[in-house]
Amino acid sequence: MTTIYVPCDTTALSLGADQVARQIQQRADQQGVEIQLVRNGSRGLFWLEPLVEVDTGQGRVAYGPVVPEQVTELLESGLLAGQPGHPLYLGPIEQHPYLQRQQRLTFARIGITDPLSLADYQAHDGFAGLEKAARLTPQQIVDEVKASGLRGRGGAAFPAGIKWQTVLDEPAGQQKYVVCNADEGDSGTFADRLVMECDPYMLIEGMAIAGLAVGATQGYIYVRSEYQLSQRMLDEAILRAEAAGYLGDDVCGSGQTFHLEVRLGAGAYICGEETSLLESLEGKRGLVRSKPPLPAIEGLFGQPTVVNNVLSLAAVPYILDKGGNAYAEYGMGRSLGTLAIQLAGNIKQGGLIEMAFGVTLREILEDFGGGSFTGRPMRAVQVGGPLMAYMPASQWDTPMDYEAFAALGAGIGHGGVVVFDDTVDMGEQARFAMEFCTVESCGKCTPCRIGSVRGVEVIDRIRAGDNRDDNLVLLAELCETMVDGSLCAMGGMTPFPVQSVMKHFPEDLMARPAPVEA
Amino acid sequence: MHMSEQNNPQPEASLAAGDWTPDMIRAEVNALKHKPGALLPILHAIQDRVGYIPEGAVPIVAELMQQTRAEVHGVISFYHYFRTRPVGSHVLQVCRAEACQARGGRELERHIQTRLGVAYQGTTSDNEFTLEPVYCLGNCACGPSISVNNEVHGRMTPQKFDRLTDTLTTTVLELK
Repeated sequence: MTTIYVPCDTTALSLGADQVARQIQQRADQQGVEIQLVRNGSRGLFWLEPLVEVDTGQGRVAYGPVVPEQVTELLESGLLAGQPGHPLYLGPIEQHPYLQRQQRLTFARIGITDPLSLADYQAHDGFAGLEKAARLTPQQIVDEVKASGLRGRGGAAFPAGIKWQTVLDEPAGQQKYVVCNADEGDSGTFADRLVMECDPYMLIEGMAIAGLAVGATQGYIYVRSEYQLSQRMLDEAILRAEAAGYLGDDVCGSGQTFHLEVRLGAGAYICGEETSLLESLEGKRGLVRSKPPLPAIEGLFGQPTVVNNVLSLAAVPYILDKGGNAYAEYGMGRSLGTLAIQLAGNIKQGGLIEMAFGVTLREILEDFGGGSFTGRPMRAVQVGGPLMAYMPASQWDTPMDYEAFAALGAGIGHGGVVVFDDTVDMGEQARFAMEFCTVESCGKCTPCRIGSVRGVEVIDRIRAGDNRDDNLVLLAELCETMVDGSLCAMGGMTPFPVQSVMKHFPEDLMARPAPVEA
Repeated sequence: MHMSEQNNPQPEASLAAGDWTPDMIRAEVNALKHKPGALLPILHAIQDRVGYIPEGAVPIVAELMQQTRAEVHGVISFYHYFRTRPVGSHVLQVCRAEACQARGGRELERHIQTRLGVAYQGTTSDNEFTLEPVYCLGNCACGPSISVNNEVHGRMTPQKFDRLTDTLTTTVLELK
C-alpha cells in the first residue's frame, strides 16, 4: 500500500494542507486505490508547503507547493507512484539541497514522523536519552549537559548546565519545578512551534530528563495563546507518554516522579521574560520580578525552578543519548552545538535551518534563502527578534556566533532572521520598535513604560522634520536611559533596533516629503 | 480526530452565544480552582465558554478564589487575549509584527480596516467580524498572516482576504 504524507503543522495548514489531504483521500477512494494517509510534521521547507510526499519503497518523493486545485492533475500525472513529470515534482526529498546542507541534531525527526506516534518516535532514537538518564545519578546528568556546552536558546545564552547545577544544589526534599518557556513571541521565530507541533515527545523527554537531573517532580510548559495547536498536540502527547511510563510516578523505571502540564498564556509578549512568565503561571499579572533572587533559587511559587526555552530542553535528549561531547563537536568558540535558524520575512526560500554555530548570515540569506521573495535587493536583516538590531549588508559576513554578534551590538536571540527588501522604510521600523514596547511593556518600570511612549513621539517629530537635529540628540539620550534604567530586557533592548537605524540607516530618519495627493 | 481540527466549545442548548449564568461561571471556577495558580486557566475556560469574560463574572471568580475583585480585574486587564465585551461571529486577528511587515503586512492591514470599516477592537455593524491586532502567529516564512477564529491563513493578499470574508459571511457586507 502506498503511504502519502501531508504535513499538519500551522504553516502547512495555513496554506490549505487539510483540503489537500481530503482531496487526495477522496480521489484515491474514487479510483479504488488503497492509500495510507499520514499527517506528518513539516520538514521546515516552508516555501514548498503544503509539501506532499509519497513513499515509493525507495525513499520518499516530494511534490510542492501543492494547492488543493492541483490535486487532481497531480494524481493524473502519477503522484501515487512517485513519478516525475509534473512541474511540482521535487524528487527524493532527503536529497534536497536545503536539507542536505543542514546538520539536524534537534530536528532530526521533524517532518519524517507522525508527531503523535510513539512508535515513530521510538523508531527514531526517541526516549533513548531518557532511558539513559534514568540509570544515571542527577549529578551525572547535569555533568553531561555541562559537557555539551549547551547555552540557553531563548536568547540570553546562559549555560544550561550551570542553571541545572544551581537547582540541583538547592536542598533536596523540597518542591522543585521545571518550567518550559514556550512563549515564542519574537516575530520571525517558529522553531519552538515546530518542536511542539511536529515532535512533541522530544520536548517531553527533555523536560523529564531535566526533572530527573534536578529532583523536580512537576513540570509546566507555558505555551502562548497564539499557539493553540501546539497546546492540543502537547496535551495529547503527554497523555500518551504517561500511559507508556515515560511520565508519571515512575519515570522509565527510575522510581522518580515527574508530572507535566501545559498552561496557556494570554497574549502578553512580556511573559516570555522568565520572571514575568513565573508570575503568570502563578495566576497573576505578568509583571517582571527584580533579580536576585534567581528563579533557580526562588522561582515558581518561591521554589527552586529550572526555566528553559523549548529549544534548550529539546536539545537535551540528543545530548544524553549521544553524549555531551558529541554535541560539543559542533559549533565554534563558546557557541557549541547547533542553532535553529528561522529564516523569515521577505525571503524566497524561508524555513528552518539547523546548522552548527559559525555559518555566516550571508550563507543563510543567499545560499539557503535564495534572496528576497520580491526579487528586489535585500536591504536590512533583523536577527533575534523585535528587540535586536537591524543589520546592514556590510555586516552579513558575520558568523552566527553569540560573541561575534555581540561585538557588533547585535544578537542572535532565539535565532529568527527577518529579511527586508529595499522598499523598507527604516524610520518606520524604528518607530515600530518603540510602538511595540508601548503595547507590550508590563508597566512596572518607568524607562520602559514612559520611555517607549516618548520614543514614538520623538521619532514622529524627527520624521516630520520638526527640530530634527535636537530631537535626534534627545532620541539618543532616551535610548541610553532605557538601556541603562530598565528592569528587564523589554525596555533595556527596545532601543537596540532604534539605535541600529540611527547608525546604519540615518538617511531614513530624514524628514519625509509630504505625501503627494493622488 | 485530527489534532489540526478546531475543537470549538459546544454552545449551550438554551442560551444564545454570549449569554451566561452565574452557575455557569461557578462551574468553570470549581472545576479548576484546585490547580496551583489557577486563575489563568479559569479565565480561559470562561472565555472559551462564553466568548468573553463578562463583568458580572469578576465578583463570582473573586469570591470563589478568595481574591479581591481588583486582583481579578487586574489580571484580566493585563492580558491582551482576555476580552470583556462580546465579539462578532468571527474573530479576525491581523499580524502586525516585523516578518509580516516585510511581506506587505501594513498594506494588508489598511485594506482589511477599510474593507470591514472598523478599527482594531471594533466589531462590524452586522456583528460578523471583530478585528484584533496580534503580534506574531509563528507563520513568519509565509506571511503576511491573519487568523480567523484561531485558524491561521498564510500568504494573505487583499484579494484572498476578500474571498475569505465572502465565504465567511452569511449576509452581504456593506462596503463603503
